[in-house]
Amino acid sequence: MHTFKFVRPPDSQAAIAMASRAKTAQQGADVRFVAGGTTLLDLMKLNVETPSRLLDINRLPLGKIEATADGGLAIGATVRNSDLAHYPAVQRDYPVLSQAILAGASAQIRNMATTAGNLLQRTRCVYFRDTAMPCNKREPGTGCSAITGSNRMLAVLGTSDQCIATNPSDMCVAISALEATVHVQGPKGKRAIAFSDFHLLPGNTPNRETVLESGDLITHVTLPPPVAGSKQVYLKLRDRASYEFALASAAVVLTVMGGKVTRARIALGGVGTKPWRSPEAEAALVGQTAEGASFRKAAEAAMNGAKPQSENGFKIELAKRCLAHALQTAAASG
Amino acid sequence: MRDDPPSRSKPTRRTFLRSTGTSAAAAFVAARVTASVPPAPESSPEAPEGPNIEGAVSVTLRINGKTHALRVDPRTSLLDCLRETVALTGTKKGCDHGQCGACTVHVNGRRVLSCLSLALLHDGEEITTIEGLGAPDALHPMQAAFLAHDGYQCGYCTSGQIMSAVALLKEPCGPDDAAVKELMSGNICRCGAYANIVAAIQQVRKNG
Repeated sequence: MHTFKFVRPPDSQAAIAMASRAKTAQQGADVRFVAGGTTLLDLMKLNVETPSRLLDINRLPLGKIEATADGGLAIGATVRNSDLAHYPAVQRDYPVLSQAILAGASAQIRNMATTAGNLLQRTRCVYFRDTAMPCNKREPGTGCSAITGSNRMLAVLGTSDQCIATNPSDMCVAISALEATVHVQGPKGKRAIAFSDFHLLPGNTPNRETVLESGDLITHVTLPPPVAGSKQVYLKLRDRASYEFALASAAVVLTVMGGKVTRARIALGGVGTKPWRSPEAEAALVGQTAEGASFRKAAEAAMNGAKPQSENGFKIELAKRCLAHALQTAAASG
Repeated sequence: MRDDPPSRSKPTRRTFLRSTGTSAAAAFVAARVTASVPPAPESSPEAPEGPNIEGAVSVTLRINGKTHALRVDPRTSLLDCLRETVALTGTKKGCDHGQCGACTVHVNGRRVLSCLSLALLHDGEEITTIEGLGAPDALHPMQAAFLAHDGYQCGYCTSGQIMSAVALLKEPCGPDDAAVKELMSGNICRCGAYANIVAAIQQVRKNG
């Protein structure tokens, strides 16, 4: 691990001012905020991340969950994943979020990992994590080892000829289906970013994963008011029963009236280069009878345009079945 | 007949590690510290524990009820700090990347992975390790249950398993074995003592 200076900024303004001196907030940033550290420390041990300065934000006032004026929920950047998953209003009004968080990592990691850290979780692509191998995300222009290499776990949606790395987060899949907003404070002030705009597709710049700029501090995430009567399910399929990343996952928020789907919010995990909201699946489902044939059609729409690699073609059918089953489970729930 | 040396003078593996491990590790770390980190000011009125490492910074940890004023390289994980600086070797290093759970300790009463955290992130916080859970003549009920149910084979993952299991008692967890298995999934046992570990935990939960 490269050495670094450890700093505890007294307030958010000071943290932002210190972080704004970095050349980038993306891969290779020389200043990093640290809270739980579960992703950052792991990558620093591998020399994939080599910041010269770590800014400890754990003692900034970013650790609360509060109701918003419009009836939604504001979740602080440093709220631990376990606290969020077990928060009564989340379990009651946003159960898909609680389920997604509890399907990820282990109890120990959920006690450490934070809201903002989970938004910024990095891919588990083995080539990104190995500095001996070419990787366009880690070192732009060196090439993608995964396209011709080990790609069983990697993405089939949103890929480019530069990068096929999967976004590994479970929490983000639920956050996407819940249409959250990410709130950021930066050198130029505060701004709110719709969650679907927060992560970037790899394109020709896979080293850029989010819209964050130097000095941008995620302060909190807001969820819109809960949809009364919505049925919510997170379904995750993986190689072992627990403590494993998704091969495919689906978060669904469904409203069914008189046997017809009147509203659907759908996002997929484990198959996309970013948390994968599927407006195609939503459009295919709304107005349809809440039954297996409609769910299968929505799943087909979600995976239309998926691009298999040498080892991960199975994910396309797996994701379809995952989504159809999640929709079926949601529709059948009380 | 040759007289055996008195057993009490025989160095055990544990006392040997305690006397040599700290300084050996310090020499290794010191050689890797670069000059780019300015030394922190000497502010602690008491002499801090730990070797004199270039670029070291001060941190105070409450470990098993005792206050430790330490000086560590900023890169020191909480795990390495416990094992190498404080010489509490009960906490084990398995993968060192958050994939096995062997390094599980409690911070402010909650279970965390000490390998994925920096010592500096825990200034002033309460750390509990396996050494703080019970003593050989006064085992924690979970330690006794692991013994009774044979919840280990080689023993390397055991301290992490027990620290996880003790934390689990205070977490939301369904009554059945499946719920326990799910919440223990972050602790890997290569010997495969899982069934006995679950039985040990269920016995402690049943005895309340």
